[in-house]
Amino acid sequence: MSAPGAPTTTGVPKAWAEDEPGATSASEAPGDLLAGHRAPAVRHLLSIADLGRDGITEIMRLSDAFAEVAERPIPKVPALRGRTVATVFMEPSTRTRLSFETAAKRLSADVMTFTASTSAAVKGESLRDTVETIDAMGIDAMVIRHHASGAPLRVTDWVGASVINAGDGTHEHPTQALLDCYTIREALTQRRDGEVPADFKGLRIAIVGDIKHSRVARSNVLAFTALGAEVVLVAPPTLMPASLEGWPVTATGDLDATLEDLDVVYLLRIQSERLGEVLLPSLDEYHWRYGLTRARADALRKEALVMHPGPMIRGVEISPEVADMPASLVTRQVRNGVVVRMAVLFHLLGSGVI
Amino acid sequence: MADRERSSPRPAGRVFVARTQVMDRDEVRRALVRIAHEIVERNRGLEGVVVIGIQKGGVPLALQLVAILREIEGTAVPFGTMDVAFYRDDIGMRPVLPEEATDLPFDLTGRIVVLFDDVLFTGRTVRAALEALAECGRPSAVQLAVMVDRGHRELPIRPDFVGKNLPTRRDETVEVSEEGVTIGDLVAVSNEAVR
Repeated sequence: MSAPGAPTTTGVPKAWAEDEPGATSASEAPGDLLAGHRAPAVRHLLSIADLGRDGITEIMRLSDAFAEVAERPIPKVPALRGRTVATVFMEPSTRTRLSFETAAKRLSADVMTFTASTSAAVKGESLRDTVETIDAMGIDAMVIRHHASGAPLRVTDWVGASVINAGDGTHEHPTQALLDCYTIREALTQRRDGEVPADFKGLRIAIVGDIKHSRVARSNVLAFTALGAEVVLVAPPTLMPASLEGWPVTATGDLDATLEDLDVVYLLRIQSERLGEVLLPSLDEYHWRYGLTRARADALRKEALVMHPGPMIRGVEISPEVADMPASLVTRQVRNGVVVRMAVLFHLLGSGVI
Repeated sequence: MADRERSSPRPAGRVFVARTQVMDRDEVRRALVRIAHEIVERNRGLEGVVVIGIQKGGVPLALQLVAILREIEGTAVPFGTMDVAFYRDDIGMRPVLPEEATDLPFDLTGRIVVLFDDVLFTGRTVRAALEALAECGRPSAVQLAVMVDRGHRELPIRPDFVGKNLPTRRDETVEVSEEGVTIGDLVAVSNEAVR
């Protein structure tokens, strides 16, 4: 186990460690980056660290209520009537934007959509001017995706609205991690005949793929370990971060050796642009060494879960037939995305915890 | 928080301190038996009647009411629960969080819905419940049953069936359970004392 000693804030990016100064003491058990956090009254959601363990648990509980709403003939509640949510996507994304917009509409909020390709951004307007303009129209929340890590944090200085990070560079994608936690929790609950697990203690989760460039991996490492899971990162050396100092995880380049005692296999998308950076020889070789093939899927424990944040490239990180197996939670993840984002919006705008 | 209608969850850092018990377990039970008979009388039987308990305080009493209805009429009345947090009109003004599940395992359209809550105070919970009901179907009638009507209405809402009319001060709190009805106060305590 390569988990380092006590997780002091050194080695943890600043944004993860800066809230609740002094709350994280060096004496806390290794393996819990977010120990000491009580569910804080957050106004923005930039990182999983903004929520901490109690905040994650609270979002899960809220999500249960919205999952019930989603089952109704009219899957809509008036909870955020009169509020406005703006989605500001400076990077192409369909599913995350649609998921947030669906969530906002099901809470009866009004939705404004801003996409970089159809806006003044292509005419050279700066990010600051763009978000200040949108904020000036009178909005309550801004959901932002940006190619630069830390952009949402900067935006919080410029706007009065609650800012929700929908993916910033290689930093974080907190709502993805929340929906992944909710999906695992749901699968465990079904397996235990309706008994909801309090945390993920005893679970062994492998995150496989381009860890180095993945904001999904970063948010999920924080979320899974905060809930007590053991996390293994699996990647070719070129796609592993240079340093894992301060991360309560283990790392390996050998997927086959880790398969048999896993509870969850979390596959990341391989971006074909990485080929050009000489980090990967070919997609076929990646599939052969790190793809979840039929043979690898058969080597998994019977009840192991297979997850992917999408968009899924069949034949690279996952074989087509494995993607359609019952163990695959991919469509569940998409479905839960709306429910969890409803919970996040309600938590930030509606629960009065400001 | 004088505008609190529900008895739980309590705002953080406050505890309920009981002052006077106004109904005991037997009196609550007798009130429920009377309400059950009134429901049967008003609706000339239980044809089409469903009972919905408002989370959280209304649910245990509503379940007891359903059991009593079965004893006196021999009919199993369909039962559902409803959490109205998302329909409240004070979202954003104070912490509003859903407490328990909404579970309506039947179609409401054409049914006579008996809404059951523990305490009727400002009427805002009932207003939220009516809005929630309207999205789940079109009942032929909605009737309101409460264990305690403590007054101080802020909306034109009146109960059809009442366990006890209980004059209160606005700043008092009323606790209702199957064990009885108690008047008391929410008292602020320091965080150290709570934990």
